[in-house]
Amino acid sequence: MSSHLFEARDVVAGYRPDLPIIQGVSMHVDKAEMVTIIGPNGAGKSTMIKAIAGVLPISSGSVTLAGKDITHLPTHAMAASSIAYVPQTENVFTSLTINENLLLGASSMPKPKALEQVSKAYDKFPALKDYRDKKAKVLSGGQRQMLAVARALLTDPHLIMLDEPSAGLSPLMVSDVFARLRELVESGVSVLMVEQNAKAAMRVSHRTYVLAEGRNRVDGPSSALAEDPEVIAIYLGAGGRKR
Amino acid sequence: MLQALADGILTGSIIALGAIGLTLTMGILRFANFAHAEMITWGAYMALGAMAIMGPFMAPLGALSFGLPLIIAMVIAAGLTSVLALMIDYLVFRPLHGRPNDMTIVFSSFGVSLLVRMVVLLIFGGSAQYYSNTLQIAVPLAPGLRVLPDQIFVLGVTIVSVVSLHFFLQRTRLGLAMRALAENPTLARVNGIDTRVVIRWTWVIGASLASVAGVLYGLTVQLRPEIGFHLLLPLFAAVIIGGVGNVFGAVVGGLIVGLAESLSVFVIPPSYKLAVPFIILLIVLYVRPTGIFGSTHNAGAK
Repeated sequence: MSSHLFEARDVVAGYRPDLPIIQGVSMHVDKAEMVTIIGPNGAGKSTMIKAIAGVLPISSGSVTLAGKDITHLPTHAMAASSIAYVPQTENVFTSLTINENLLLGASSMPKPKALEQVSKAYDKFPALKDYRDKKAKVLSGGQRQMLAVARALLTDPHLIMLDEPSAGLSPLMVSDVFARLRELVESGVSVLMVEQNAKAAMRVSHRTYVLAEGRNRVDGPSSALAEDPEVIAIYLGAGGRKR
Repeated sequence: MLQALADGILTGSIIALGAIGLTLTMGILRFANFAHAEMITWGAYMALGAMAIMGPFMAPLGALSFGLPLIIAMVIAAGLTSVLALMIDYLVFRPLHGRPNDMTIVFSSFGVSLLVRMVVLLIFGGSAQYYSNTLQIAVPLAPGLRVLPDQIFVLGVTIVSVVSLHFFLQRTRLGLAMRALAENPTLARVNGIDTRVVIRWTWVIGASLASVAGVLYGLTVQLRPEIGFHLLLPLFAAVIIGGVGNVFGAVVGGLIVGLAESLSVFVIPPSYKLAVPFIILLIVLYVRPTGIFGSTHNAGAK
């Protein structure tokens, strides 16, 4: 049994079983730890967390959360097993109201508990309350990201996984989102995120995994990796220019 | 003119009921189900069968041509049509879902529709049948406007069905899950929704409404194994006019098709009546391909 809160071992996954994109990646996240996954385009960063979330099938390897095997759990059962996933795009239902989006996040619980969790979410994200009955399509990119995170937190997950939470946001919004995530970590939740915005993500996270061509390349404390000449040359350089 | 309007609303409301089920399944399952129209035939004949088993006719209710057995038969038929829809989904559509070629499932729905129609033909025969032989006297509502009590019943059932479906979709968790699934299936699953359960309920609701539409059609016109087939294209026209996945749109689309058919006789020879939905369909597809109430979002989600 693993001693880490979350552990993925030798995961092989992809959109098609005969074409694995992730070819044996391992990683772990401890309680109240913030971990970033970076890497060049096509490294399989998003594929990795999609596979963990059950959106893509895992053909071999194992994923455990708090000692429980969740490798082949169906996607909808993930929400109830303390793992939440925020996709990069289309992460809110634009045709539904903010309140309906939040209620959906609590689909796995009985109604009274769901309503209680939704009202807690409004306490945590008061800005959303003003838009309660508005359709999510009126929200800005930053507000959508906030709604997506609020929705993911409804189930009180141990681990929240985010796919490029800073994508498409203004620099000010980016630091706001990261500060929010940092607060979450301080409250005991673990965060695993994929980021193109490598520099900013490494500044806020404890550890970083660098993936390349579907495999682990380097990993270690973010502060040390940020100084690593290889990482700077290959990944931070490219990521920095993008932004 | 007034009479044509009333007839159009009546036909339109039956088309609307069938179109609601079609738009729901198309929005959620993301394929054009040509077998949906046969649910209408199946439902109508299951009600006929249930009435035959219930035995001799009870006294008609008020001025209506039928008694309580028809209402009970309508409920039984809705149940049996749901069973058929779930069976078809389990045996045909589910194994084909998610195949790279979307057309496979569409063509299989053609096959299913032929099969269902032939089974109905085999059991009940091809001649026209009626739920009741009771003669009804049309009630004059206004100068130049006479309606049968049964027609008022049809309109009432349609209104009750549409309003209850609206409340179901807006107020219940299952309704919310259905709307979420129609917009984004992956995100729905990520939210903890078991999409298989929601899809099953979508079949039950769509099939029940189709079956009700079948009974109402049989009540106001007649029962023939081809009724679903004849309604197939008006149904699709209504769904596309209203925007795929949009329940309110399907109701309005159904009314537009029904009204256009019945009002067209003032402009073109009645034998061209059946072409009218297509003309509207062409205009809508040309001017606004997402349908009147369809969002651009739904159009992208094939």
